[in-house]
Amino acid sequence: MLQLTDINAAYGGFQALFGVSMQVAAGEAVAVIGANGAGKTTLLRVISGLLPPTSGRMLLEGRDLAVMPPHSIVAAGIAHVPESRRLFPRLSVEENLRMGGYIPTARAQFSQRLAYVYGLFPRLRERSKQLAGTLSGGEQQMCAIARALMSGPKLILLDEPSMGLAPVVVTQVFDLVRRIRGEGYTVLIVEQNVRQVLKVVDRAYLLEVGRVKAHGSAAELSASDEIRAAYMGI
Amino acid sequence: MDCQLDIFFAEAILNGLLLAGLLALLALGLNLIFGVIDVVWICYAELVMVGMYGINYAYKAGIPFLLAALFGVMLVALAGAILHYLVIRPVLDTPPINQLLVTGGVLFLLQAAATMAFGIEFKTLGIRLGSLNVADMSFSWARIWAFTMALAGALALWLFLKRTYLGTAIRAIAQDRQVIALMGVDSRRLYLVTSAIGGGLAGLAAALMVLQYDIYPQIGLQFGPLIFMICVLGGLGNMIGGFIAAFIISQFIAVGSSCFHTEWGYAVAFLFFMVAIFIRPQGLFGTKS
Repeated sequence: MLQLTDINAAYGGFQALFGVSMQVAAGEAVAVIGANGAGKTTLLRVISGLLPPTSGRMLLEGRDLAVMPPHSIVAAGIAHVPESRRLFPRLSVEENLRMGGYIPTARAQFSQRLAYVYGLFPRLRERSKQLAGTLSGGEQQMCAIARALMSGPKLILLDEPSMGLAPVVVTQVFDLVRRIRGEGYTVLIVEQNVRQVLKVVDRAYLLEVGRVKAHGSAAELSASDEIRAAYMGI
Repeated sequence: MDCQLDIFFAEAILNGLLLAGLLALLALGLNLIFGVIDVVWICYAELVMVGMYGINYAYKAGIPFLLAALFGVMLVALAGAILHYLVIRPVLDTPPINQLLVTGGVLFLLQAAATMAFGIEFKTLGIRLGSLNVADMSFSWARIWAFTMALAGALALWLFLKRTYLGTAIRAIAQDRQVIALMGVDSRRLYLVTSAIGGGLAGLAAALMVLQYDIYPQIGLQFGPLIFMICVLGGLGNMIGGFIAAFIISQFIAVGSSCFHTEWGYAVAFLFFMVAIFIRPQGLFGTKS
């Protein structure tokens, strides 16, 4: 579904990604793991068009993403749940969901999709008129994921969904990830919580200072002594 | 000082209220632009002036007033979009002072162009709507209409912002400029549409003002500074705050004019403004940032 070949990306003069290649097959859940500053968030920003790559190829079902502005990438089928959720705090939950379904193809199906995400997350229906900024951390993550689902995406990018949440809520968030997998979405997830994320994905890539250092099935990576020592504290 | 709770005082308060509608409409437009694009259009009142001339010439060319007014709204909406496209967009990523200065430049440009094209003499539409007389008080119908239509315009704007996708996106972009792109919103297009709406509001104000005031190239200076004062008092970018502040300032002007001398009304309002800003630098309804 998604294929990256030899992607380089930079913030001004500072190069953040060096020749990154990876692929995500339809229906798969793939994690990108690595330390702070390894380039994980940058990678997602490149895929969703917020940071155009300096070189490399980026295809979504054969369509070239590298030449598209971010709003066209959403229409092409990629929804990005950004780091620290980034809901519109002074819009209600339902207005945030409406923004998630902004693209023309999604507007036509707004009420069906709204019913669908409320079915998935009944808590959001209870809070539909509440301002998003007043939700708890876990509810905000729920709302951010629901907002991404509203565009009817093929691929969902999740950036550090567990960040800044209390341990008990982190477990709930990983349950959410399992549930959207169960709904058949293709998921690319960036996480620092390596131990937990490897339990919910099929495969993972390890980034180190902007390069793919290792990749393999979740089981292989969880068994690797190097990764256990460096990222799981074992 | 001649300040008594008599019929003149009541008339002054009610006329202040009628003035407030127009100022509130303009404050809404300016706050909309600022909230979305983060730019202050220093030349906003000059856009109104352009609209007034447009309506004046359309009307004198034989077009019925309502159609001429509609033409004025569309003309200034287009002017707003052009202003954004040609002047604001090229300096959008530069320091705010540049944006302020270029719109300031447009102010002088428009005044000079109007002086050259239309001359300095006062122009008037010559439409007399008469006045409403109630209990020894007199209110011009032009003002009553202006007030009603300004409120209707504000209501229409509110419904647009609340009920439509585009309106929701306009509120959202003011809260998070980056994430809006991840919703599939083309922010460049949104800025252009917002500029046209901001211009349209100035055009509506122009249509209401041509019935009350003579038109001349510097007319923007009469109320432009007042509108900035209102927006800052209400908290820049806060549309509801600006709306309420317009009513407060108008009362200070009206009551000040009634108690002292007509010319003193603005001074009293400005004095209040300075005290209020000293106590609440972020504006009466602004949040500390």
